[in-house]
Amino acid sequence: MAGTDGSEVSRRGVVLGGVASAAVTALPATEVEAQAARDPRLAPPRMTVAMTVNGTKRQVTVDTRTTLLDTLREHLQLTGSKKGCDHGQCGACTVLVNGIRINSCLSLAVMHEGDNVTTIEGLGQPGKLHPMQTAFVEHDGYQCGYCTPGQICSAVAVLDEVKRGVPSHVTGDLTAKPSATNAELRERMSGNICRCGAYSNILEAMEEVAGGRA
Amino acid sequence: MKPFTYTRAKTPAEAAAAVAGTPGAKFIAGGTNLLDLMKLQIETPTHLVDVQDTGLDKIETSDDGGLRIGALVTNTTAAADPRVRRGYGVLTRAIVAGASGQLRNKATTAGNLLQRTRCPYFYDPNQPCNKRKPGSGCAAIGGYSRGLAVIGSSDACIATYPGDMAVALRVLDAGVETVRGDGTRRTIPIADFHRLPGDKPHIDNVLAPAELITAVTLPKPIGGRHFYQKVRDRASYAFALVSVAAVIRPDGTGRVAFGGVAHKPWRVEAADAALPQGAKAATQLAFAGARPTEDNAFKLPLAERTLASVLAQAKG
Repeated sequence: MAGTDGSEVSRRGVVLGGVASAAVTALPATEVEAQAARDPRLAPPRMTVAMTVNGTKRQVTVDTRTTLLDTLREHLQLTGSKKGCDHGQCGACTVLVNGIRINSCLSLAVMHEGDNVTTIEGLGQPGKLHPMQTAFVEHDGYQCGYCTPGQICSAVAVLDEVKRGVPSHVTGDLTAKPSATNAELRERMSGNICRCGAYSNILEAMEEVAGGRA
Repeated sequence: MKPFTYTRAKTPAEAAAAVAGTPGAKFIAGGTNLLDLMKLQIETPTHLVDVQDTGLDKIETSDDGGLRIGALVTNTTAAADPRVRRGYGVLTRAIVAGASGQLRNKATTAGNLLQRTRCPYFYDPNQPCNKRKPGSGCAAIGGYSRGLAVIGSSDACIATYPGDMAVALRVLDAGVETVRGDGTRRTIPIADFHRLPGDKPHIDNVLAPAELITAVTLPKPIGGRHFYQKVRDRASYAFALVSVAAVIRPDGTGRVAFGGVAHKPWRVEAADAALPQGAKAATQLAFAGARPTEDNAFKLPLAERTLASVLAQAKG
């Protein structure tokens, strides 16, 4: 968003600035960090991992416990992917890894050496939206928007899964290719929760993109 | 999560040796269940051996006309494989009845077998749980037990095995191939893989420490019509209250296993033999000796009706 003086100010930038100034006097947050402050040999193990994120090679050194989601959000400042439940139940963290949708909260960054990660920022940008992003806007496929990046990443991957013939719980004939019917899309999107309840509009957006492609 | 070190193994034997030689070590593959439990500090490994580079990601046709599904084959890939869809429809149906698309893309064949119970008291570290903390007691007995076991349970534990895939594997008489830390290999029949809780509910299966699953083997297709019917609180993305995996031949004979009812996929051979007599006869034999709680006694009639539905579809 544009600030009143014309400079680019984002909510994220303001929050990060606040965190940085607070960190100067912050006490260790955990027992592990306190131990590490006393004796660096007790610091939690860290590792360096390289991956391609939205087409750009990135290298980060992280605590081995860092999830792919936290790496994207906290280390690479790609805050489009959201942390909802952090347990793989809500789908807000959905990203594409080597073209396949996964919950980035249930995957460690160190497990993704050499992988190709696409987040909502990599699908499209303002002025150059992905067709699914455009369709979500046109069909009002959100209210608060928190689940939307995960919904859109999932939706893009779902249409690819249907195209590749991956069966679902509602597929009738297992030997036939599935098609992008409303029932199929609804079942395949069940890993993305929307508390606002924009489901019917999300399905309309997906059907439009699926139809346009056929 | 507790801190841990992390390494990757190049071969299954190397992975097993690495876990055998490192106290507190665990394998990690898809990570969808293990990381969830590590965040809650229910699992607290101090070292992870990542097995993703061990080459166990292939589905091969075996000499006896069956299939060998590598341990790292994802649930999505296994369910979508044309050979699985054609010859083992019950397996595809069971896999796609579980979890979400995102989870099935990451979860592996071996990991699916090893997923831990979803008993709410196992997941709540403030509650006693003999499975999470041996000897601490069982808060589920006398507690909220609607989703828990009705048969095969013990005075120490009434947890269920939560998965769907293994219920189909039980009907298909699958085998579980493993390698141990000393390099020795064996194949465990799926019937013997998961154990009943008894007085050691913290042990879910018969794997030895540092024993790594390398593949799941399926005998050649047995024909018949394949069904996996799952009853749950939501239409999608929920664990089973009761599920029925069945293969029914045109003459009404067949095989049946139940999910969501016990500490392991539940199959009783006498119940298989009674399938031609109908759902009531088969479930009476399958659930002889059941010990439901007040909260989950509904699972017994539900199991019969779910099987009746499957048998009606098989006739149709």
